[in-house]
Amino acid sequence: MKIAVLLTMVPDLVDELEIDAAGTALETQWLRYVLSESDDHALEQALVLKDRYGADVTALALDHGDVDQTLFTALAKGAQEAVKIGPLPRPDPGRREAAAIFAGVLAAWSPDLILAGVQAINDCDGHLPGLLGGLLTLPSIGVTRSVDIAASGTVTVLKEYPGGLAAEMTVALPAVIGVLSAPQPPRYVPVARIREVTKSRTLASAPTPAVSGPPAPTIRRLFKPEPSGRAKMLTGTPDQAAAELVSILENRGVLR
Amino acid sequence: MTTATTPDVWIYVEHLRGAVAPHTYELLGKGRELAAALGGRLIAVLPGHGSRPLAGTLGAADAVVLVEDERLASFSAEAHGAVLAALAAGGMPHLLLCGATSAGIDLAAHLAGALGAPMVVNARALAVDGGTVIATSQLCGGKLLCELEVAPGTIVTALAGAFPADAGMSTREPQVETAEAPEALRQIRTAVTRLLEPSAGDVDITRAGVLVAVGRGIQRKENLPLAEELATLLGGAVCASRPVIDQGWLPLSRQVGKSGLAVKPGLYLALGISGASEHVEGMKDAALIVAVNSDPQAPIFEVAHYGVVGDLFEVVPPLIEALKGRRAQAA
Repeated sequence: MKIAVLLTMVPDLVDELEIDAAGTALETQWLRYVLSESDDHALEQALVLKDRYGADVTALALDHGDVDQTLFTALAKGAQEAVKIGPLPRPDPGRREAAAIFAGVLAAWSPDLILAGVQAINDCDGHLPGLLGGLLTLPSIGVTRSVDIAASGTVTVLKEYPGGLAAEMTVALPAVIGVLSAPQPPRYVPVARIREVTKSRTLASAPTPAVSGPPAPTIRRLFKPEPSGRAKMLTGTPDQAAAELVSILENRGVLR
Repeated sequence: MTTATTPDVWIYVEHLRGAVAPHTYELLGKGRELAAALGGRLIAVLPGHGSRPLAGTLGAADAVVLVEDERLASFSAEAHGAVLAALAAGGMPHLLLCGATSAGIDLAAHLAGALGAPMVVNARALAVDGGTVIATSQLCGGKLLCELEVAPGTIVTALAGAFPADAGMSTREPQVETAEAPEALRQIRTAVTRLLEPSAGDVDITRAGVLVAVGRGIQRKENLPLAEELATLLGGAVCASRPVIDQGWLPLSRQVGKSGLAVKPGLYLALGISGASEHVEGMKDAALIVAVNSDPQAPIFEVAHYGVVGDLFEVVPPLIEALKGRRAQAA
């Protein structure tokens, strides 16, 4: 079974996000990008299937941000191949354009199973798995926490619903699955191993295919939300804040 | 590509186990307002099987388009998307609104890809300005908002709780139009085999009067006893946001949020939780919310009644000591 895992880079929320002078995009000069969290889970899900069934796992990513490190990490974790797609028409394509680029590459490669994170923190004009399913005329299922190979040519997934409810679904391959979380935490790989892989392996490359589609929505402004001020902030030292909080809990009848 | 658009607003009616999802009424209320501003009709699209009784609850719409087929009984983006694609072939609405829910995001993105329609996700505000629909979408876990122009024929997902549900509830009997199930359902390759109830956990957090919730800020499993000690002193239980559950530090039965459980305790003490909309959806109705977070811009402070900006490992120990001191005095 050929599994393609799509890896996308998103702004690192550990850093302060700055908005550019035009007020319509993030200031990218100092912006750091990291692998989208749900894509990390998609990679783990693919590697679980590889460990269990011997599937061939290829990680694909757009040439954006520190993507080489991300792809080498995927190799170090166990992916058999890593493909960098580029050059890109613009440094940080929207989700819609990214989906079209991935679809163009995947259409020529025909994997059995395409795994991607169900959504990313910077999604604005779509979510990758569903868009890909529609673009490639493949079934798509998102918000999954488990993917397993069932009868020949099918997979079984658990799709999450509110309240802890889950739907067990089967889908005939090829298909696109949007992963929310893998059955186990993403595996850790030592930095030394990544360095070793960086020296011993090379990344495959794929040219960006020509894509078309609806124009991205026009952004009027990007801004930080005004603090609603709903929370009354308890200030002072931690001891003072703790004492005030205990007093509040007493007055609200929470403490007995 | 999509066909010409009409001024109508469509609402995708999400339903599960014989009931319309509450979020659908929020969309109907907002859709009512938008359809009036655009000079179009508000249409509720209801794919299902044996779902006609649900149509009677959708009186806020001008019409309900009911598509019945046994292959539509359970949700899949492929099957329900085929219904909407067939209807859209007769004219795409100005807006199609779906919930930013498990079903809604699947359906909306799949349909947008299939139809070549534009899409906007995670809207928390929608308005019409001079004939143009303006959406305000949430990005980066609520740290940023993006105001954008929504082109005619766009599929929009809206966050749960963004709009009041009352405006979408009506006792009026809606006009119900039936439509044929599309031929495309013959080629559906997705099937729901069963629904799995959440496994019973050691603690039922939906019944707890006090919840101490931990998020990414707890950093490692070895730090959980700190939260457990606090929860014990408060007579409550420990729960968590998604990242903690994903790490396997607590069982799924302790997860609060969109894909976890919704809770309404008397006190919800959020430690190191940023307040992403997915989490807030499950705890916003708590009677008293207190948040401790080192980031003063964390969205959790927008829903909390009281907040402490600080490292939870500096704030919680004195809180534990204060509670122990109070208990010792009482004894």
